[in-house]
Amino acid sequence: MKYEEFKNNDYLENMVKELQANGVNVAVSKLDDLINWGRSNSVWSFLLGTSCCAIEFMTLGAARYDMARFGFEVTRNSPRQGDVLLVLGTITNKMAPLMKRLYDQLAEPKYVVAVGGCTISGGPFKKSYHVVKGIDKIVPVDVYIPGCPPRPEAFYYGLMQLQRKIKLEHFFGGVNRKQPKPIEE
Amino acid sequence: MNTSFLDYYSIQPVTSWIHEALCSVMPEALAIFIECVVIGVVIVALYAVLAIILIYMERKVCAAFQCRIGPNRVGGKGGLLQVPADVLKILTKEIIRLKNSDHLLYDLAPYLVILASILSFSCLPWNKGAHILDMNIGILFVLAASSIGVVGILLAGWASNNKYTMIGAVRSGAMIISYELSLGIIVLSMVVLSETASISGIVESQANGWNLFKGHAIAILAFVVYLIAGNAEANRGPFDLAEAEQELTAGYHTEYSGLHFGFFYLAEYLNLFITAGFASTLFLGGWMPLHVAGLDGFNAVMDYIPGVVWFFGKTFFVVWLLMWIKWTFIRLRIDQVLVFEWKYLMPTSLLILILMVVLKVFGLVF
Amino acid sequence: MDIKDKISTLVPGVEFKEQGDLIAVIPAASFHRAAEALRYDKEDAMDYLRDIVGMDWGETLGALYYLESTTTHARIVLRTETADRENPLLPSVSDLWKTAVIKEREAFDFFGIRFTGNPDMRRIFLREDWVGHPFRKDYDEKSNELNMNNEVNADVTTEYTLKADGTLTTEKHVVFEPDDFVVNVGPQHPSTHGALRLRVALDGETVKRVDPVCGYIHRGIEKMNESLTYPQTLALTDRLDYLSAHQSRHALCMCIEQAAGIEISERAKYIRTIMDELQRIDSHLLFYSCLVLDMGGFTPFFYGFREREMILQIMEETTGGRLIQNYNMIGGVQADLHPDFQKKVKEFIKHMRGIIHEYHEIFTGNVIVTTRLKGVGVLSKEDAISFGATGGTGRASGWANDVRKHHPYGLYDKVDFKEIVYTEGDSFARYMVRMDEIMESMKIIEQLIDNIPEGEYRVKTKPIIRIPEGNYSTSVESSRGEFAVFLESHGDKTPYRLHYRSTGLPLVHALDTACRGQKIADLIAIGASMDFVIPDIDR
Repeated sequence: MKYEEFKNNDYLENMVKELQANGVNVAVSKLDDLINWGRSNSVWSFLLGTSCCAIEFMTLGAARYDMARFGFEVTRNSPRQGDVLLVLGTITNKMAPLMKRLYDQLAEPKYVVAVGGCTISGGPFKKSYHVVKGIDKIVPVDVYIPGCPPRPEAFYYGLMQLQRKIKLEHFFGGVNRKQPKPIEE
Repeated sequence: MNTSFLDYYSIQPVTSWIHEALCSVMPEALAIFIECVVIGVVIVALYAVLAIILIYMERKVCAAFQCRIGPNRVGGKGGLLQVPADVLKILTKEIIRLKNSDHLLYDLAPYLVILASILSFSCLPWNKGAHILDMNIGILFVLAASSIGVVGILLAGWASNNKYTMIGAVRSGAMIISYELSLGIIVLSMVVLSETASISGIVESQANGWNLFKGHAIAILAFVVYLIAGNAEANRGPFDLAEAEQELTAGYHTEYSGLHFGFFYLAEYLNLFITAGFASTLFLGGWMPLHVAGLDGFNAVMDYIPGVVWFFGKTFFVVWLLMWIKWTFIRLRIDQVLVFEWKYLMPTSLLILILMVVLKVFGLVF
Repeated sequence: MDIKDKISTLVPGVEFKEQGDLIAVIPAASFHRAAEALRYDKEDAMDYLRDIVGMDWGETLGALYYLESTTTHARIVLRTETADRENPLLPSVSDLWKTAVIKEREAFDFFGIRFTGNPDMRRIFLREDWVGHPFRKDYDEKSNELNMNNEVNADVTTEYTLKADGTLTTEKHVVFEPDDFVVNVGPQHPSTHGALRLRVALDGETVKRVDPVCGYIHRGIEKMNESLTYPQTLALTDRLDYLSAHQSRHALCMCIEQAAGIEISERAKYIRTIMDELQRIDSHLLFYSCLVLDMGGFTPFFYGFREREMILQIMEETTGGRLIQNYNMIGGVQADLHPDFQKKVKEFIKHMRGIIHEYHEIFTGNVIVTTRLKGVGVLSKEDAISFGATGGTGRASGWANDVRKHHPYGLYDKVDFKEIVYTEGDSFARYMVRMDEIMESMKIIEQLIDNIPEGEYRVKTKPIIRIPEGNYSTSVESSRGEFAVFLESHGDKTPYRLHYRSTGLPLVHALDTACRGQKIADLIAIGASMDFVIPDIDR
């Protein structure tokens, strides 16, 4: 997709500005670019498919939409080998601790994509006593793909946004994973 | 038969010239040491490049079988840079260390697998005079070296301290050891046919005709049995029980991440290449060109194609055959796999060995 | 003999309610005796327990038992109540119908009714440390906060027995011995088709016992329904069994229309029937894809999706939705058919008939497939009926249970189609039932597609519908079995209780019987051949 066709360019540009403010030297940033190119073009998904959205994800892999074209080819079933946790479908209270555990089991760098209304806010089941109202209460979410279920095109848009986001990361320097320094005694 | 074309193929003069040139400026021991290092680097580099090519090929081939396009966006037309991107990603991925695992064995396992694979890889006859490891019992060495891989798989399954990996490891142990028998017997029958156990000898004995044609229908049957057993050895579908994605999530390497997982992944594809490479060495004449008796003009043209091209052509043809099988058949069940080996494949391969000996003794081969 | 007279002679002084469904109100003390007599009746044995619907009637708790005879297809509802709310007890009927084991667990989980004599009184959907029973009317929705601790599953079950003197004794049953090799399959597993968790005890590669743990996608749809108006409840049915979205919604619409006395037009009936059948083909194609994928075949997976995509396009043109269409409405359907609809459906059928041989060539005739499916996971006819395993699974075991044939709705009494029944009961028969049903569905569509009458596609209805007091039920043949809607109305604009019969719950329950002694790879194949959808199990 062309750069102009994305709808949230200003958001990313701000992010770039913020990151550049921290400044790294040229050689390192070139190496960073290479690594980010590799990472963003090889997003292996790890599925947590609980309901309808998982079926639409299957059509994404099938012949018509064929996500193998973009480098999302491989879906690994072991959390150790996936890059992005795709949460497809409602997360219930009983599932929530398991989702957290799966997220913890993923190897870094890891990303989370929340697919469908249910994962974003609870969707049509918002009033239920057994549904988590948005998985971002439990794990950090990188990209939200709304829909019930989203169309395959929406999946693509979301996954490409994820690729763009990965391209802004710094492997060396670690600005992205900035954590508050522990207070020294 | 005219075997003068063999000289055209040999790269022996080149290698000996290099050796002499080195010896003239330094002591011979140092020269040999440098050569060994260079060869080692070449092997590892070739290994990695071939893995990338094979993974790309697998993706394109399976896409073609599945009415898809396959990778075509990353790196311009045809998605040529898709696999390098994957490699970069895997290189920079976190390697997870498990709390409740046997750390030494857990870390050792992927190296054992890749070691076994590289050892047998370096025995492949690329061209005349381009054998890296060549000894008089070379083919037996390959059988021995490739068996180390199963130790790595068993260790991986055991040391991960996970039930899925354990089942996967035991499955692959049971399966590989069983199919090793058939494989060994078939290799023996080819050794009988070629009258030598040295890999270069086997190839050169096929100068007057490939083993596949020399041994009549029995050799063709042996080729089929070799492909089945070799497929099982390489842990590929329909014998991918050790990985069995739908049953054991990722089989014996469920708990491996990053580079360690990459090693397993590489070894899987290279084992496919090695299986195919030895299939072409044993049955299709290795780097020998295709000759048809009587058509001298045709034979002469064939002779101008370098041996290494012949070798790669044949090997990739067999790789393609194996991919076709993988993407067509569904997975077997563990008891069926073992029954198939012990009740059908083993007796068949024994029969092939006996018939081959009979043929050879009575001089019924070409 | 009339069923009413029969029950009256069994239980003197029995009361009948006839608003909507015929309900026999039987006191708990004589309930088991009456149920047993009906179950083993000589001429008209009620051998199929469709569902047990737990109820909270304010003063008392209780349950409705929906029974059906597999020979005459006559139906009856039994109602029984507990003595009080504080210590609700009912006699278990798990010795009469196997499916009662899991259905009574559901009633226990939601209402806290303890069934005396049921060997397994664990919670089924909610966490074992959940406080309270959410379907009771006095349940406080805030009483259970999100618990992020890992759940511990008990390896023992409790059985309650009521002694003659009124005391309650407990007995423990062991599910897994401490030295069993228990493997967790799910809830995140590539071939459990969603968030199902199976705890499997293995002996080497052989399955010793399967214990399904449900509830990982329990969204409380039935409880939510109690606070939604009737048109609002429709939206949630599509999300139950998303591969039978049309059929489930069809059932609920029919139930409400029947209860509110709304007549729908002939055109709407045609549209609904055709859509149901398209959905069935869609679902069976997906079944094919998933079965081959679960058995390790990747290429045939793409075949199924290739044709399925055509159906999705047809549906999208008319309804606007690909997977979930939200198409049926009370009084008809939401929008009229797309002008190209008929043409495209006919094209699709022609294409499908021409290409289905590819499916059989790559998969059905393959020797690996036949050895892995034939004679594996056999479910006998008796077991299928007792478990209530409807749909293709039951028909593969020789149980003719097609709702379209025996309780026709829509236009199924006007079209000519064959009910596919196999007798082997193994995985291969279950597979073949689906493949043959694709052909039958196409036959049905062909008979209807050219004869769609002109007229209203939707009858105008009031935005707020009140349904007269009573119990209503309808059932449809969804893609994977009998889907039924059980509605109790107290005359309000919202349902008092709206329960859906899960098509998958009995199948998951039957897994243990079908899988014992098979290999772990068969467990996956049997699960795939039974074709369950998890959100429909957990609701």
